[in-house]
Amino acid sequence: MIKVLKTGFYSTIQDQGRLGYLNYGVPCSGAMDAYSSQFANALLGNPKDAAVIEMTMTGADLLFLEATTIAVTGANMRPKLNGKPIVMFKSIIVNVNDMLTFGKLTNGFRTYLAVKGGVLTEMVLGSRSMLKGITDNFRIQKGDYLEMSNASNVIIPKNAKLKFDNLYLNEDTLDVMKGPEFDQLAKYQKNMLFSSTFQVSKYNNRMAYQLEPLVHNDLESVLTSPVLPGTVQLTPSGQLIVLMRDCQTTGGYPRVLQLTEKSVNMLSQKTTGNNLTLRRREF
Amino acid sequence: MSFQLRYSQYNERSILIEWPADINENILQDVLVFKEVIENKYPKQSVEVISSYSSILIVYVITIDNVNDRILDLKKLYSIQRDVKKTNSKTFRIPVCYDEEFAMDLDDFSKVKNLSKDAVVRLHSETIYTVYFIGFLPGFLYLGGLNSSLHLDRKTIPNLKVKKGAVGIGGQQTGIYPQDSPGGWHIIGNSPIELFNPKQHPPCFIKAGDQVKFHPISKSEYQNIKSEVNNQNFDFKTLELHD
Repeated sequence: MIKVLKTGFYSTIQDQGRLGYLNYGVPCSGAMDAYSSQFANALLGNPKDAAVIEMTMTGADLLFLEATTIAVTGANMRPKLNGKPIVMFKSIIVNVNDMLTFGKLTNGFRTYLAVKGGVLTEMVLGSRSMLKGITDNFRIQKGDYLEMSNASNVIIPKNAKLKFDNLYLNEDTLDVMKGPEFDQLAKYQKNMLFSSTFQVSKYNNRMAYQLEPLVHNDLESVLTSPVLPGTVQLTPSGQLIVLMRDCQTTGGYPRVLQLTEKSVNMLSQKTTGNNLTLRRREF
Repeated sequence: MSFQLRYSQYNERSILIEWPADINENILQDVLVFKEVIENKYPKQSVEVISSYSSILIVYVITIDNVNDRILDLKKLYSIQRDVKKTNSKTFRIPVCYDEEFAMDLDDFSKVKNLSKDAVVRLHSETIYTVYFIGFLPGFLYLGGLNSSLHLDRKTIPNLKVKKGAVGIGGQQTGIYPQDSPGGWHIIGNSPIELFNPKQHPPCFIKAGDQVKFHPISKSEYQNIKSEVNNQNFDFKTLELHD
């Protein structure tokens, strides 16, 4: 088990999300940066949907009550084991009573901690991803004991090497495809989308990221229609809203763009004030 | 009835199918039948389908390799679906307490609409509504059929906390908030029924295509049902209406 001594700014348990309940209005959820969480699992030989801890902006203080192997990926929060810096993107052996802490965020915004076999918190509707209204807790609390899979004696294969593509943590161009209502935009509005530099507004969380500045438009609202993480909505007031993992399943704003799956991961590593440009991509 | 559908790729692993953009039961029936045909054709683990008023989004677990092949498959499925009968639908009677304790906006609402409170309750509870789809929040039903004399634009300033079970009217729609949530609808009552329970299978006992009718209840009936729901011994099958 892991004892949570400090939670960090916003830490949750995430796997690859809920499948099969979109039609009940249940969000997908899952790790915001799916690539980093899958990579952490791969380093430990875990299945890619094993549950990991997602830490946002600041890390947690975690006391390991049993020995295991861990891997830290995603944003660099200067992880330390018993006060000594540890490398990221590698499997690390942890002993009983070892303490994992994090320091200052130096790049990216979300860090992933995988443990051998995965974290075994409550499974609801086929997923351990925490979400208000679905799981009992919607984020990790101080004093929580997080159960782990008892797989510490499994040998980690050492003969294969994995390379983490960490370039995307610093990249600021999002690849987008046109959304269902894109063609209703005037030409100059389309051009503006691809020639402007946008900033992540302070309204950014697991549900959605809003971008600035406004894109003035006269699009008509649409009949409430399906949306997915990565869908970019444009509101009548000109707000661009990029839906993220905990988004609703349907929405009534015009869907002008759709981020590629890789770009959803990239955007997850951005925070308030970060600059972004959009690049048109065909399927 | 057969419609001219538009097929387009939505992202790397999803395809959007659009019907003419309109809210009507012919389109809804066609949407739901096609959805069912798709769900029966592919294993549950490989595809899921989100439906709404006049479109469905088919989300594949694996990245789409050749979208034209996929669309061709879907078009074939649509052309042979004529044999499929109307999806089986149920009608539920949802108890709602319109008492002022819950109906914080009923007073204002009835004044603006120039109706008595009783008339609002009667008009709201005599209609049989069709469930078009579930969205917005887990278990939030999009209902069609609100009497036009009850249409009223949403509040300009939304409530930060609308209570779970709240029954509201917003624009041409009416619905029940399945959990505490911010919301801009006019609240005219509350239902003690739990519309969504993540620990139940399925988590929502009502599905798209079903019908619901609101049934006015007193405060004491409300409390009785509420305690049964809280003690988990409320049987929602008793809400089902049979012709």
